[in-house]
This record gives sequence, C-alpha cells and structure tokens, in this order.
Amino acid sequence: MSRRRLVVVPAVLAAGLLALAACAPNNSGQSSSGTPSPMPTTANPPSSSSVPTPDDPCAKEKLSLVNAGKLTIGTDSPAYPPYFEDDDPSNGKGFESAVAYAVAKNLNFAPEEVQWIVVPFNKSYAPGAKDFDFDINQISITPKRAEVVTFSDGYYTVNQAVIALADSPVAKATSLAQLQAAKLGAQVGTTSLSYITEFIKPTQEPYVYNDTNDAKSALRNGQIDAIVVDLPTAFYITAVEIPKGKIVGQFPAVDGYEEFGMLFQKDNPLAICVDKVLSGMKDSGELEQITNDWLVGGADAPYFTE
Amino acid sequence: MSADVAYVDPARAHSRKRKSRRDVLIGLGSLAVFVLLVGVVVSRLPGWPVVQETFFNLDEFVSSFPQLLSAFWLNIRIFIVAEVFILIVGMVVALARTLQAPIWLPIRVVATIYTDVFRGVPTILVILLLGFGIPALDLQGVPNSEVLWGTVALVLSYGAYVAEVFRAGLASVHPSQRMASRSLGLSSWQTNRHILLPQAVRNVVPPLLNDFISLQKDTALVSILGPIEILRRAQIDTSMSFNYTPYVAAAVIFIALTIPMSRFADWLQARTQKQRRAAATV
Repeated sequence: MSRRRLVVVPAVLAAGLLALAACAPNNSGQSSSGTPSPMPTTANPPSSSSVPTPDDPCAKEKLSLVNAGKLTIGTDSPAYPPYFEDDDPSNGKGFESAVAYAVAKNLNFAPEEVQWIVVPFNKSYAPGAKDFDFDINQISITPKRAEVVTFSDGYYTVNQAVIALADSPVAKATSLAQLQAAKLGAQVGTTSLSYITEFIKPTQEPYVYNDTNDAKSALRNGQIDAIVVDLPTAFYITAVEIPKGKIVGQFPAVDGYEEFGMLFQKDNPLAICVDKVLSGMKDSGELEQITNDWLVGGADAPYFTE
Repeated sequence: MSADVAYVDPARAHSRKRKSRRDVLIGLGSLAVFVLLVGVVVSRLPGWPVVQETFFNLDEFVSSFPQLLSAFWLNIRIFIVAEVFILIVGMVVALARTLQAPIWLPIRVVATIYTDVFRGVPTILVILLLGFGIPALDLQGVPNSEVLWGTVALVLSYGAYVAEVFRAGLASVHPSQRMASRSLGLSSWQTNRHILLPQAVRNVVPPLLNDFISLQKDTALVSILGPIEILRRAQIDTSMSFNYTPYVAAAVIFIALTIPMSRFADWLQARTQKQRRAAATV
C-alpha cells in the first residue's frame, strides 16, 4: 500500500462522518405549526367557553402542535388507576384522563381531536423534539427537572403515604422514627423514593422497583416491610389490590415535592395556554370537581409525627 | 523464528528498524488526524450542545460517581458468586451431555432440556420468576432474599450458555486424544480429567470470557427485584435531574472492569500459546 493512500484513510472516514452530519440536522424544535387559518372569524367553535378573540395567541388555530389540528397527549403504559382506568387514557375515566380532556375542551378541542400516545417516563424528558404536545403522567414538578423541560402549573397537590400489611409491626408506626428501621420500597423515578431518602432517612437502603406492581409483589411476599406511594394510589391499592394492606399514614407535603404538572418541550408556548386554562379551571371549581370525582380525599389517613 | 539465532545483515536490520519506526509515526499521525476530524465534525453538529449537556455533563458526572461506585460493589459481589457457580453448573451439564452409555439417557435428556429451556427463556423472566415467585410460595425455611434468588437465576441462565461453550470445547479436542489415552490404559474418568478437559478448557477461554463480560452487565437485571445496584442508582439520579449523564458514568465504571479482564484473557491466551509452541519444539 502506498503511503499516500494511508494518509487518505482518515480523511475518507471523516468525510463519511461529514456526510452523515449533513443529513443529521433535523431543523430542531417544534414541527410544523398548523397552517394559519385564512378566515379567523369563522373559526370559533360554538362550544368555546373562553371566547377567543382573533389575535388570542391561545386560539386553537394559532397553537403550534406536533400534529396539526390534534392535541397529542402522552402518558405511560400501563396507565394505573386512579389516574387512568383500564389502561386506556382515551376513555376519559380516571383523574388524569379527565383533567386532560377538560384542558383539551377549554382549548376548544373536541374529544375526537385528542390523540394519546404511549410515552415511557424515561423517554418523556429525552433531548430532541418531542412527539407529544404534553405528557401527563403523575410527574412532580421540581426546579432541577424544570431546567430541561417546561412544566405547566400544578394540577394536583400530592401527599405521600406508607402502605404496610395490616399484620406487620410497621403497620402500627405513628412517627417517622418508627419507620426508619423498616425495609422500605418505592417505584423508581418517583418522588415517593425521594421522600424515603430525604425525609424518612431509613437505616437500610430502600428497595427500588420498576413499577408499583413489582413493589406490591415484594410487599405481599414480605420481602419489604412497607412501600411509599402517593396517597390516591395508596387508597386504590389498599381498597382494591391488596385488601390485607393498610395505609399506615401520610406525610405532610414537603416544599418542592408536592405538585403534579404536565410536561412540555422546553419553552413550548403551549404551556402558557395550558396554564391559562388550568387557572380558569381552578377559579371555576372545575378542577376541584374532577379531583373529587376521581380521587379519594385524604382526611381519614393519619399524618406521621416527626 | 527467533531473530537472535539466525544471522541478520546489520544494514538490513538498520533499515528494518527505520521502517518500523516510520510505520509507527504514520499510524499515530493517521490516528491524530482522524480524531481531530471527528472532534471537529461532532462538535459542529447542531444538536451537539444539547447532547453534551444531557449525556456528558461534568457536574452530574462528578456528583453521581461516588454513589455509583458504592452501588457497583453489589454488582461485583453478585458477579463473583455467580461466576463460580456458573462454571460448576456449566461443566457438569456439559459432561452430562457427553455421556455415551445408554443407561445415562435420563441424565442426557435432563441436561439437554435444561440448556434448551434456559437459553431460550429471557433472563429477566427467570429472575422475576425466582425472585418474586419463590418467596410467594411461602415455604418454610426457604430464604426470600432478592439478591440470593437473582443470583440463582443468573447462574441458571448463564449456566446453560457456558455448558454449551464447554461442550464445544470438548468437541474441539480431536477424538484421537481420547483413543490414545484409553489405549494407554487410562480410565474414562482419567481421560476426561487429564486429557480432554485441560485441552477443552484452554480452547474456550475467549468465549468464556465473553460470557462473563456479558454477565457483568446482566447483574444489573437483579435490580428489578428491588436492590439498588449501579444501573438502578444511575436511573434514580437520571429521573431526578432529567439528565442521562449518570448512565455514562456507570458505563465508565463497567468499562474500567471489562478492559482489564479482556487484557488478562489476551495475556492468558498468549501465554498458553507460547507454552504449547515451546512444548512442540521439544
């Protein structure tokens, strides 16, 4: 092989990379916003409650959407009760499904114009363009996360609760100190887990599971003493799934770990419109109504003392 | 082959030396140009700043590293214990499958079914089944430790692979070796022990190591049962900060263990080859 050809080798490899790079840019950010409607005056659907003016940036036809004309909403699968029912977000049943459809309605989308896609939690915050307008999946708003994505305002203030089998010694705990010696479990990526490590500070390392189902198996098997979940889930689990289970108690909300928000692409202007709609729903009592419809109140679960 | 025995013309030796030095320079130069060009291209990709921020964030790397390292200790313990038992299981099953006499048919059948089933079933299912299934049986005196059952599941799963590797190794030894050994009066057991196995094992060291490197990473599967090992630790950190750098940090730790292992295997290979060659010249 001649020397000249040797020198050419890295150049050729690099040229190949350059060629790849040339086709790589994906004109990032939001994909096509719906084509602007030529006749804004005819665009007001009769159902509209907020009566958008033609220059309202939140008018349906001005929103920049992933799929033109449709509101694309993501959530994980399986979608668990009481936030969703029958693993089918499009049936409008369950708290988050109901909230999503109410938000869609207030943005003047008909239920048929809402489409759901499966977005695993790990994928929801991946860099690059998102394939949903927003993701609603019991995601807690934290400042650290908000550096990477944009959150809506909170739509639910969540408390964390501890479940144990009724006949286990942990079931009688009334203070945090009594929980510290227990073998605790939680689902990965949840603020429940953060509660364990930052709030309860147990003496043993917590057990961490892919989903609540695995955590429940471990609890039933006696492999762990208690699991930490959000309170609505705790009510559902003890009422339906583990009748032998008992809500030992709940924690008072801790700053920065208490609100569920919808997740958007960073700086997606749609978030502003959703916030507007949410605050309208809060003022009108619509959100409270949905909350009462789907989530059991937490008044009868005792609070832990510090 | 040895240069110190044969006579070499000093002028030719000199030119050879110069040529080899030139080759090294060309190689290094080529490498430098390549690395430079790749660096320039990658850093100019439009999405690179985002990728760098989400995957190669130095602050995240530094802050997650110590916890990852301490979580890795669990992987190492699972790995070492599993490895020992995998070798035993693999060897026993491989030998069982080579039994010839008709009376051993049941053993052969069981061993064959074992390798077929456990190679075909996803490891994650075996782990779930043993880790959550056996404690659910609520048997008296049976431990319900997740790490224990996770390790047993890995042993069963990898034992099947390693059994096939050993079997291939046994098949690679020429039949004349067995015949020669038996005609010298060694028993079947002695033939296996002193003639066949040493050669077989030597032949399969590279594929065995391959399996062990793979096992090292699969120890992370035990995390589905609850214990926090390195990948789970990384996942927790990632889900809190929405930054994937902890996974990269975990990868660095894994690599730091596999590279020495690979080099050790290479060295082992080179050594046995040398010994063989030396023996052949006698």
